[in-house]
Amino acid sequence: MSTSTETSTTTRRGPKHPGQRVAEWTDSRVGLYKLGKSNLRKIFPDHWSFMLGEVCLYSFTILILTGVYLTLFFHPSMNEVVYNGPYAPLQGVRMSDAYASTMHISFEVRGGLLIRQIHHWSALIFIAGMIVHMMRVFFTGAFRKPRELNWLFGWTLLFIGMFEGFTGYSLPDDLLSGTGVRFTEGAILSTPIIGTYLSMFLFGGEFPGHNFVPIFYSAHILLLPGIMAALLVTHLILVFYHKHTQFPGAGKTEKNVVGMPFFPIYTAKAGGFFFLVFGVIAAIAAIATINPIWTMGPYRPDQVSTGAQPDWYMGFSEGLIRVMPGWEINAWGHTLVLGVFIPLMIFPLVLAAIAVYPFIESWVTGDKGEHHLLDRPRNRPVRTGFGVAWLTLYFTLLIGGGNDLWATHFHLSIETITWSVRVGFFVLPTLAYFATKRICLGLQRRDRDKVLHGRETGIIKRLPHGEFIEVHEPLDQEQLHVLTAHPQPQPLEIGPEVDENGVERKVNPVTKVRARLSRNFYGEHSQIPKPTVEEYDEITSGHGHH
Amino acid sequence: MSETGSHNDMAEPEEHLPATHGAHGTEAAVPGDPFANPGHPEHEFRRQDIDEKAAKHSERVVAGLFTLSMLGTLAFITSFVIFPVDKYIYVFPLGHVSALNFSLGLSLAVALIGIGAGAVHWARTLMSDEEMPDDRHRADADDELRANIEAQWVQGAKESAFGRRKLIRTTMLGALTLVPLSAVVILRDMGPLPQDKLRHTAWAKGKALINPNTNKPLRPEDIPVGSLTFAQPEGLNEEDEDFQQQIAKAALMVVRLKPEDIKDKKELDWSHQGIVAFSKICTHVGCPVSLYEQQTHHVLCPCHQSTFDLSDGARVIFGPAGHRLPQLRISVNGEGNLVAMSDFEVPVGPAFWERG
Repeated sequence: MSTSTETSTTTRRGPKHPGQRVAEWTDSRVGLYKLGKSNLRKIFPDHWSFMLGEVCLYSFTILILTGVYLTLFFHPSMNEVVYNGPYAPLQGVRMSDAYASTMHISFEVRGGLLIRQIHHWSALIFIAGMIVHMMRVFFTGAFRKPRELNWLFGWTLLFIGMFEGFTGYSLPDDLLSGTGVRFTEGAILSTPIIGTYLSMFLFGGEFPGHNFVPIFYSAHILLLPGIMAALLVTHLILVFYHKHTQFPGAGKTEKNVVGMPFFPIYTAKAGGFFFLVFGVIAAIAAIATINPIWTMGPYRPDQVSTGAQPDWYMGFSEGLIRVMPGWEINAWGHTLVLGVFIPLMIFPLVLAAIAVYPFIESWVTGDKGEHHLLDRPRNRPVRTGFGVAWLTLYFTLLIGGGNDLWATHFHLSIETITWSVRVGFFVLPTLAYFATKRICLGLQRRDRDKVLHGRETGIIKRLPHGEFIEVHEPLDQEQLHVLTAHPQPQPLEIGPEVDENGVERKVNPVTKVRARLSRNFYGEHSQIPKPTVEEYDEITSGHGHH
Repeated sequence: MSETGSHNDMAEPEEHLPATHGAHGTEAAVPGDPFANPGHPEHEFRRQDIDEKAAKHSERVVAGLFTLSMLGTLAFITSFVIFPVDKYIYVFPLGHVSALNFSLGLSLAVALIGIGAGAVHWARTLMSDEEMPDDRHRADADDELRANIEAQWVQGAKESAFGRRKLIRTTMLGALTLVPLSAVVILRDMGPLPQDKLRHTAWAKGKALINPNTNKPLRPEDIPVGSLTFAQPEGLNEEDEDFQQQIAKAALMVVRLKPEDIKDKKELDWSHQGIVAFSKICTHVGCPVSLYEQQTHHVLCPCHQSTFDLSDGARVIFGPAGHRLPQLRISVNGEGNLVAMSDFEVPVGPAFWERG
């Protein structure tokens, strides 16, 4: 314990680096060094797929930076003005100040158009990144204990991110995004009992009103990014705390993490990657136009253009609303608008299905252990099949969301496309599930053969007695280990239904469902048994044939 | 299986056969368990670790990338200064682009990518690439810590007297659940109550159909058979404060059919010499319907492709709309202008709970 007359410099020799002085000043106020103790040289494993989450983090940061710039110039007001800026086709046209200020940013603020483009492209990449990152985590089972909460936080970031994007692109009040807002209002109206009230409250009266741009603005720059920032920080803290997962390999176990330290390696690599992502987005913004609102014109509820599409990440909900038949139930002076309300309800459910799956899986397996080694997707056929089925559903709906564009570009009948998506909604994910599961099982069989018989080299050798054989190269120790490292749980056993006195045991129906699901996940039709050491020894010792 | 004989024979190198054990890194075979983890592999050195000339070269590459970045920033500033905001240039294959957007964007990209590539290259070629393990620790508390926390909790709970004083518990719960209600109630003035707002539009008996492009009333002789035109109610002005709200309900689509092509009797009654007027607002979720097929009399909504048959009461023939477009009963007045005979009979636009 140092007294006021002693300073830590008495224990050092020579002048201190200014950086060190700053660090020590901070440390004596916030305990910085304690934080650094376990984190400065923290080990992170290396795999390209671990960079997907980074793409999300960096594009989010770019959104904040460019977003702040835009707030310096954008007017979130629906007061009407008459345009008198440099864009000739709109001169003299009445428009909201929101639209006019966006025109100002695009045509009169130097660099304004570039920042708008970077902002919008980053949003598209952010959400795409989140979906790809989420699927990587899903297919490798990185959501298992202790990371279930982090999975939920990440899913919530995706869900909120979609609305962040929607409110953002609706701010310029252009014809295309305004049409999307009108769709949202129509969907809100379809809500039973409270729909009309919700609509009046959100729009401050009848559509379009003067409210929605300021309300969306407040959500877009304050409420939603605030929640997302908090979730994101928690998400990263948990990754640091749990340490990153890793693929099985030489020297890697459930009890360690093998890789390189945060400082200096990942500081440089991850920090550098931020600049790379930012630079690539800047290049895209330089050469590819996005959201050219001047070609669309200001929003009016009685005008629209063809080829109307939301931003890509809303495409699957667009598909839902287009293919749902227009069922309405009119009874006792009220209308239940199933044709709009059902898609409105299914839209979050499609996303929720992937969110809850990890919890279903952990309930079915009864697995209470921590997992830090990643799965190879082929070794979890049911999970992988489910993930591919979900992606199939997502993309089928995405195609449905663009049915008019498929029709016009490829000269197809729009009725055929719509019906195909209606049928495909049910059929394609089911087919995808079974096909994927069979492919996984086939790959498991191939792995098993590789372990027992070695790698097929494609080299043909003729034996002295005339027989042709293919030479197989035995795997090395690391490969043998990687191909047999995965745990293979057995289905849950309920136990005998009848005890030794012939008395029937009462089994909870929930437990019965759980056991049946467990059989489905881990029964003999769902995984190929790993080769045992005995089988391997028997084959490689040369006894017997094949 | 080894048809080639036992593995020990593979020691002699046959020319075209691949190598055997130990080809891909070391294996420390654990006796008895061929599948065991071979342990941390030996470190493989990079060229830069052993050859100072290669390391110097890498250093120069990194420095070059950082320098390139600096040039990029200079180019950014230069572009900002020399290009006017309204200058357009032709760039193959993009076409005519804003010179400023193009040059600022690409120079910024160079500036950023230079830093990123430099940092990554430095990390991968010059920084230590020794892989090392670190131990994982269990996430939850060990027994000692758990006992400690439980003891603290029990002590704190005892000191709070919460458990003993039942009255406190119930009333506290009551107070805490009630107070958020004030937050809900205070949001009431976000908007008016719906009442019957959605049931009425600006149309009324005698109101003329005004062509929004000319601001003049529509007359039958202006509308040829097969044409599509739009109309808004007389008295509506673009500068009105509530213009957008009114046009969102009152926008009208006017087409002229041959009277004998009109299949629905009520539609015929409500038409004038084959001129029929329907709400332009789609009954699905409210986009303006406008893609009219002259020969089939079908009109398609561009948003979700609901299709209505304007020769048959505008009933839905395809797509997700749930009910037909409302029709406006029209006639001509004394001056020969087309006028509405009343407001719409049913609410226009998307269906809602109280619609009936």
